[in-house]
Amino acid sequence: MAVSKFKEALNSGKFLVTCEIGPPKGTDLTQMLHHVDLLKYRVDALNVTDHQSSVMRFPSLGGCLSVKEKGGEPVLQMTCRDRNRLALQADLMLAHTRGINNVLCLTGDSVIVGDHKGAKGVFDLDSVQLLRAVRQMEAGKDMAGNDLEGGVSFCAGAVVTPEATPIEPQLIKFEKKVEAGAEFFQTQAIYDLERFAKFMEYARQFPVKILAGIVLLTSVGMAKFINANIPGIVVPQDLIDELANAGRGRALHKGIEIAGRMIAALKKDAICDGVHIMAIGKEEVVPEILAKAGL
Amino acid sequence: MRSITKRKTLDEIQQYLKGFDHVYILGCGTCTTMTRTGGKDQVLEMRDYLEGLEKTITGWTVIPIACDEMTEVAMKENERPIRNAGCVLVMACALGVHRISTYTNNPVIPALDTLFIGLEEKPGHFREVCIQCGQCVLGETAGICPVSECNKGLLNGPCGGTNDGKCEVDKEKDCAWTLIYRRLKLQGRLDLMRKYHPPKNYQTAPRPKSVRIRTSEENQDGSV
Repeated sequence: MAVSKFKEALNSGKFLVTCEIGPPKGTDLTQMLHHVDLLKYRVDALNVTDHQSSVMRFPSLGGCLSVKEKGGEPVLQMTCRDRNRLALQADLMLAHTRGINNVLCLTGDSVIVGDHKGAKGVFDLDSVQLLRAVRQMEAGKDMAGNDLEGGVSFCAGAVVTPEATPIEPQLIKFEKKVEAGAEFFQTQAIYDLERFAKFMEYARQFPVKILAGIVLLTSVGMAKFINANIPGIVVPQDLIDELANAGRGRALHKGIEIAGRMIAALKKDAICDGVHIMAIGKEEVVPEILAKAGL
Repeated sequence: MRSITKRKTLDEIQQYLKGFDHVYILGCGTCTTMTRTGGKDQVLEMRDYLEGLEKTITGWTVIPIACDEMTEVAMKENERPIRNAGCVLVMACALGVHRISTYTNNPVIPALDTLFIGLEEKPGHFREVCIQCGQCVLGETAGICPVSECNKGLLNGPCGGTNDGKCEVDKEKDCAWTLIYRRLKLQGRLDLMRKYHPPKNYQTAPRPKSVRIRTSEENQDGSV
């Protein structure tokens, strides 16, 4: 079976860059396709989000098909929030037949944080079980143990939150994901490089590749919002001060500089295997971030 | 065990009662008395409210345990005023509504929504601790249920949404998996958290669930 291009990149030992693409709310794909064109040859893979923050959008699988059609390397983000085990397996098979060979297995946010608050959260599986389902299907069996006529093949990844408090429960789950067959991890956003380096000292003992999550800061307000509302992410005060002192209308520029600087530092000291850039609506500036990072 | 209820909005109740001029009200002396949603005081308040809407209340009573089969006796005693009403407004949980429905041909209208089966942690504080999933995992989760107390019912540890031991759904709510982690650690049994839990069987007893206790004669032939 075909080895995914992303898997080849993971095994190459080079410093990897992946980036997140957010499908639109609606069927006008113009902007998403523009972002795909802008980034497909600049990064090793493009993750397509799955109803991010439980907000209903164009599907991840549809976005991945577009990435594929345009010659890019997609990572199918798959949450357990909206599909039971039948639907998840069916989508994995569809993805495989269309050349989508990378999957990121996530639990998914609660329905309550999104825009369809009365919906039924499924969570028939969790992220660890989904990873195992992928591996079982690769072995030619569905989750009920029935033979598949034609299997699947995926480079499977998962997520970890290196700055969560308390950290030990997250690390136990991280290890369960490794045991379940995760080959790579894209982390939740990190800003404190020293703390992240400590996490990496621990993570290095496992045979997985770690891509540090880089979330672009666009304003002081956004940084404060993250600290107040987003679990497991801490924007240190010195970065907030840096954004505040950037001058009127210059915060985004400063955010790009900070992201580029962090990526360069991670690469220079070979702290991790790569980065996963989440520009959240500002995909347009990812090439600038990469330029600042010297990539 | 308590059936925890919440009163429907008065607007909703009024909608349900549209076209019924004569109403009989039934409360319950057990769970809804304790949650102050269907005890004597709330039944009388409902009577006053409905009379204010120009409805005739043909009678009211608070049945000791509305879900119990003795409810039939209580309803027989009040047969005439119940029959004189166009409908019965029930201020018991859904179990009571079911029971009452079997003893009258009149339309039965719930005044309450049944939220969950829970424990009273301290006076006035009720918490859902069991969703009757049919596959108890409490022995491996330090007595804290991830199926009912985790918003996502996760079996293999916390999601990334938890922070400082709180849940992503509600900052006031404890993360079930952090509680499980802390208690297992205290018990020196953290290895249980490392154990892989396969996907749950959600069809242990397909809905609608039912159980029949068999007599000893029935069991003699080896049946379970």
